[in-house]
Amino acid sequence: MDWMTEYKIPVGDAAEAVFNWLQKHGAVIFDGMAEAMEWLIDAILWVLQSPHPLIVVAVMAAASWFVHRTWKVPALIVVGFLFIMNQGYWEETTESLTLVLSACVVCMGVGVPIGIAMAHRPRLYAWMRPVLDLMQTLPTFVYLIPAIVFFGIGMVPGLIATVIFVVPAPIRLTYLGISSTPTALIEAADAFGATPQQKLWKVELPSALPQIMAGMNQTIMLSLSMVVIAALVGADGLGVPVVRALNRVDTGLGFEAGLIIVVVAIMLDRALRVGEDK
Amino acid sequence: MTAVSFENVSIMFGDNPKSALPHADKGLERSEIQEQTGQVLGVHDCSLEVQEGEIVVLMGLSGSGKSTLLRAVNGLNPVVRGAVHVNNGGDMVDVVSCSKARLRDIRQHRVAMVFQQFGLLPWRTVSENVGFGLELAGMETAKRAETVKHQLELVGLNDWADRKVGELSGGMQQRVGLARAFATDAPILLMDEPFSALDPLIRTRLQDELLELQHDLKRTIIFVSHDLDEAFKLGNRIAILKGGRIVQSGTPREIFSNPVDDYVQDFVANMNPLGVLTARDAMEAGTGDTAVDAETPIREIMPNLAQGPVTVMENGTAIGRVSAQSVVARLSE
Repeated sequence: MDWMTEYKIPVGDAAEAVFNWLQKHGAVIFDGMAEAMEWLIDAILWVLQSPHPLIVVAVMAAASWFVHRTWKVPALIVVGFLFIMNQGYWEETTESLTLVLSACVVCMGVGVPIGIAMAHRPRLYAWMRPVLDLMQTLPTFVYLIPAIVFFGIGMVPGLIATVIFVVPAPIRLTYLGISSTPTALIEAADAFGATPQQKLWKVELPSALPQIMAGMNQTIMLSLSMVVIAALVGADGLGVPVVRALNRVDTGLGFEAGLIIVVVAIMLDRALRVGEDK
Repeated sequence: MTAVSFENVSIMFGDNPKSALPHADKGLERSEIQEQTGQVLGVHDCSLEVQEGEIVVLMGLSGSGKSTLLRAVNGLNPVVRGAVHVNNGGDMVDVVSCSKARLRDIRQHRVAMVFQQFGLLPWRTVSENVGFGLELAGMETAKRAETVKHQLELVGLNDWADRKVGELSGGMQQRVGLARAFATDAPILLMDEPFSALDPLIRTRLQDELLELQHDLKRTIIFVSHDLDEAFKLGNRIAILKGGRIVQSGTPREIFSNPVDDYVQDFVANMNPLGVLTARDAMEAGTGDTAVDAETPIREIMPNLAQGPVTVMENGTAIGRVSAQSVVARLSE
């Protein structure tokens, strides 16, 4: 069986060569991306951290009341955050929320246009499908390594890793929504002389809105599931105590931080279920 | 004035529609063409002139190509060969070969459409749906609201203006569809089996309403139907399609009195003849007590026949009479 291993197909070497080339020639682009993301992260962090925590909680509860028009969701949010403050994880929670929100902004900003383009161009769809599959199945740790190489340690590589893992969800759901716009509606728009732009804004996007919102919901929940992995590349947040607990085999700390993540997940999930109340 | 003229229109569906043309020219049927070329014949070599202000009904069984031909008028179906000229305020524009911008202009201002499945936007209210065409054409909001209000009055839906269309019954939804088409002020209306999805009572009422609207608005209407009674009721002229080809076109009476083949004959046999026959059609020799014009529908004369035969007049001279016997004789032909 020697012939099998005599020549090893240079997968690893090829990947390294590609990343080296990218690091050498793409520095400008990556630096620009890093700067933009850092700015976004800092902005959201400032909004969440500069006011008194109770004010932030009150604003979030009020916002959820406006969306849901029921006292249950705001009550849940208030109780959840009070518990988090009691446990002393307010700062970590705001950091994780920052990561989740910026991932949401980037993923929707990138994912929705790509999804629309795929729905309009069958060949692009054929090309993108395997790429999306790759992004979702490639173990997250594998692209953490180049993320560190390109962006160093901190929130930005954490955000990048999160986006790579999460962005296929809004892309797929936007694609699904746009491409399942009923033919009858497209034809009606055509028959009354709609331009491609008008068709997109007045027919396809409103028709796809439920799926796009589902995509946003998934984006946020999937991003939250990445906070621990993001902590491995130095992103602040609730992942940090989990990683620390793992290193020290500290069961108590692990459970404490883990439970906080669960509480945040429950609050986000309930707050995002728009239109499912009653 | 001609409003729409179909000139040798052929429409094929498939990856290479042109390859099917020679076969269709030889007069082959749809199934044979599909076997030999893999293309599906939509319509072949259809020519028809539609005059301004008239209602022309395209009719035939499902699969006869009537909808396909209709949808060529606003370019929803691509024409492989031939031309469809649409009156664009004086000059005739070929929608098959004109630019996209021109086609959009015609769709916004000259040709409106009503769909069998309504094609309304479910997330919009009734008035937003009615204003859809105007909105696409870029009409300003205030003027649009006024036009929409007027249209809703015409179809009797003012009270429903702010409801979502999903809350309306099928008949009302199609009224919204009609209002949307009338709102753009387009002189040409395409109606693709607009009443087929409705129950018979509502269908009859909407047919009557359409005739009333048409009486006032005088649009050019091309109407697709598979129901001969509907076609005879609405149509000034009828074109009967079979397997993608026009087999006969003419006024309802011409078609009823002179079906060109068995296919048309079968259609005609299943309908109520009283809707089309006039005094002239059921005449016999002789004279009667009272006089009617030769073009009077039999249906109007029938109540008088109990009192005896009536004389049929044409240009002031008696040309025969209608009696109970002569009507029965004509009906049982």
